[in-house]
Amino acid sequence: MKVLVPIKQVIDANVRPRVKADGTGVDLANVKLSINPFCEIAVEEAIRLKEKGKASEIVVVSIGPAKAQEIIRSAYALGADRGLFVETEERVEPLAVAKVLQAIIAAEQPGLVILGKQAIDDDSNQTGQMLAGLLGWPQATFASKLEVDGDRATVTREVDGGLETLALTLPAIVTTDLRLNNPRYPTLPNIMKAKKKAIDVKKPEDFGIDITPRLKVLKVSEPPARKPGIKVASAEELVKDLKAAGVL
Amino acid sequence: MASYKAPLRDMRFVLFELMDGEDIATLPGYEEATRDLIDSILEEAARFCEEVLLPLNRSGDEEGCVFENGVVRTPKGFPEAYKAFCEAGWPGITASPEFGGQGLPKVVNGLIEEMICSSNLSFGLYPGLSHGAYVALESHGSKELKDKYLPKLVDGIWSGTMCLTEPQCGTDLGLCRTKAVPAEDGSYRITGTKIFISAGEHDLTDNIIHLVLARLPDAPKGIKGISLFLVPKFLVHDDNDLGARNSVSCGSIEHKMGIKASATCVMNFDEAVGWLVGEPHKGMRAMFTMMNTERLAVGLQGLGIAEVSYQGAVAYARERLQGRSLTGAKYPEKPADPIIVHPDIRRMLLTQRAYAEGCRALGAWVARHLDLHHHPDATMRQQAEEFVSLMTPVVKALLTDLGSEAANLGVQVFGGHGYIREHGMEQYVRDARIAQIYEGTNGVQALDLVGRKMPADMGRLLRRFFHPVSNYIEEKASQAALTEFVDPLGKAFTRLQQATIKVAQAGLRNPDEAGAAATEYLRLFGLTALAYLWARMAEVSLPKAERDDVQGFYAAKVATARFFMQRLLPQTGALFSSIMAGSKSTMAFDEAAF
Ligand SMILES: Cc1cc2nc3c(=O)[nH]c(=O)nc-3n(C[C@H](O)[C@H](O)[C@H](O)COP(=O)(O)OP(=O)(O)OC[C@H]3O[C@@H](n4cnc5c(N)ncnc54)[C@H](O)[C@@H]3O)c2cc1C
Repeated sequence: MKVLVPIKQVIDANVRPRVKADGTGVDLANVKLSINPFCEIAVEEAIRLKEKGKASEIVVVSIGPAKAQEIIRSAYALGADRGLFVETEERVEPLAVAKVLQAIIAAEQPGLVILGKQAIDDDSNQTGQMLAGLLGWPQATFASKLEVDGDRATVTREVDGGLETLALTLPAIVTTDLRLNNPRYPTLPNIMKAKKKAIDVKKPEDFGIDITPRLKVLKVSEPPARKPGIKVASAEELVKDLKAAGVL
Repeated sequence: MASYKAPLRDMRFVLFELMDGEDIATLPGYEEATRDLIDSILEEAARFCEEVLLPLNRSGDEEGCVFENGVVRTPKGFPEAYKAFCEAGWPGITASPEFGGQGLPKVVNGLIEEMICSSNLSFGLYPGLSHGAYVALESHGSKELKDKYLPKLVDGIWSGTMCLTEPQCGTDLGLCRTKAVPAEDGSYRITGTKIFISAGEHDLTDNIIHLVLARLPDAPKGIKGISLFLVPKFLVHDDNDLGARNSVSCGSIEHKMGIKASATCVMNFDEAVGWLVGEPHKGMRAMFTMMNTERLAVGLQGLGIAEVSYQGAVAYARERLQGRSLTGAKYPEKPADPIIVHPDIRRMLLTQRAYAEGCRALGAWVARHLDLHHHPDATMRQQAEEFVSLMTPVVKALLTDLGSEAANLGVQVFGGHGYIREHGMEQYVRDARIAQIYEGTNGVQALDLVGRKMPADMGRLLRRFFHPVSNYIEEKASQAALTEFVDPLGKAFTRLQQATIKVAQAGLRNPDEAGAAATEYLRLFGLTALAYLWARMAEVSLPKAERDDVQGFYAAKVATARFFMQRLLPQTGALFSSIMAGSKSTMAFDEAAF
């Protein structure tokens, strides 16, 4: 079974993002960019399926600006077999991504698609769901455990107050939650091999898909600075203040 | 809790801006080492060090190694971390692809070693010793020995040791008493006691390969009668399966000041089976081969500690509120100013920083020349070798001395909170201390510099350093923007030249003159080397600080260069005076009066 893993490059989780002076977005110049942590978990899960003999090939796909190609190499270094990169300097929205993926899936015919539940830059949490809708495939989001047996998958999901277990018929869409696994460190030999591996580069036009954004970003701003707290002298004063604030 | 972020930005600066790192890939055998690949490798190494090794540093220190019935247990988490380290392929960075290594440049490895030492010096000793054993065996072992042992050393499944020291034999290896007797099958039986053997016994690997200095029955007396032997903990069958336990065992482990998670073992050899490495009585030659690499590696231990101590000290200095700035409150809204406003704290932080960044450049400069071993041109190879040979004692002693100084400053910045264990700052002092002692004490490094390297071939080795520096000073003398860096460099360099003449001449008449001046001479030499690199770093950074210096990286470089030139380099004046004063006051002192 072929497993397809769509991945996205995002601002590194350890970097403190800064908003551009003109308020058009987050400043990405000179900051560290990495594979989205949820996507990395998706790659790891695919590799584990392969190690268990459940998957035969892992194909990673990414859509983004030229420099995002690096993350295909990161995925190679972890153990992905083949990579497809769709290059565009345009800002891509979940629906556009889902449509491009739909076209790729039509050609690749994977038995399972594992995506991150969301990208930590825009927190959309939509691509997997939209893709399942477009394909008419079953979906299991926020997976904390995944088991594959023949053409069936069992997915445990973290829901409010407990765990939910779903049975799906493949092909299907699964999106990963944080506790699905702990991604491995790439090995030095694999990092070196990854540099030499070919990447298949395409353009959105190659799939005849219009990725023009449907949403317009009006303004991006830093969260307002937190105001310092005050010390109250007594419980009475606290109650009075809370009442004044309309909380009580 | 200690925090550490590998200084990747500065490492890239050293590799690709100060030096022409892209050049590395033009050397035969290093074609793959492109900037892109080096970047990825450094980044992954940093992640591994920060996430896996760093969290075990303090717990490893608290827990230490445990010895019970001949078995050594490393601290909690060490076996798992070591396994992950090997699985990720880190033991084989520079090893030859022929034996399963990645054949990457030593200059890259040096930067990774620094990160490992910053994160967990004790841990780093285990793979470090294996690497030393690898180098000795690779250059001097028979094909048979290499095929049998190197691949497992490279993938880390087995580890290595260097067994030189004995109770009566430390610096003076000629006093070695361990005996080797030929057996009928071409192997040898090794008998004797070695002490202070790092990684002599532990629970990280299936087998331990000891490289042991011993004396054959017909050996000449002294240092010319030492041979090198390979003695495995478990004998290895031809099919590579482990066989019987060899008669080598750990008698005890030392309780010591620092690097507590590294097992320092007494090793007893009792007619243990061993094999000769290299030629009989030529053991020291094999030792010298690995020494350049190993001494550089020990120097990097000092650098690693300087860096991590600096990072801890800066973080604390920003947070700790005590007193007010002498020139009026800088943070009036707070109950006191953070101590980073105080001149004395800034002096300490900048000293740590200037040492760490300067030593990083120096280490890389020398490691870069180790890589020129791959150069197609024989003259280039020869000159690079001479440069490395000259600079090795300087790097070993200077980087470990300054590492210790920096670690002590780190404690001082923390005040009492540095002296207690909680923040981990005092551990750096304890861990850094050993690097000044092992792999040849720093006093002995200084003797190597003045006694061996300085007079070699009528000073030919010296020229490998003196020429590039004097050319640089001459070339840049007319550039006004660089005057504030090149002038002090020139002054220090003149002192070094005069001190060299004095030490060489006086040393010829009376060797005690050279011996008495050696340590100060090495420091003068080292500071001048740092000054040269700081001038060059300032030169590279000045134009970049003018434009597009978003993070202020280049401005900070120039400012640190200034601090080094104005506040640290003047030490050369005192060193110079003390060297020129000669040995008399030291040697005339009546021994009985001590
Ligand atoms: C934690 C630890 C780990 C170690 N790991 C290893 C290891 O893995 N393998 C191994 O073989 N050894 C190891 N050693 C031993 C270490 O290399 C020696 O301790 C070191 O070489 C110094 O030898 P020594 O202790 O006998 O001191 P000595 O040689 O007795 O020196 C004492 C003092 O005299 C000075 N001195 C000695 N000779 C001269 C001279 N000719 N001129 C001027 N000054 C001189 C020295 O500089 C020093 O200050 C380790 C030691 C420690 C503490």
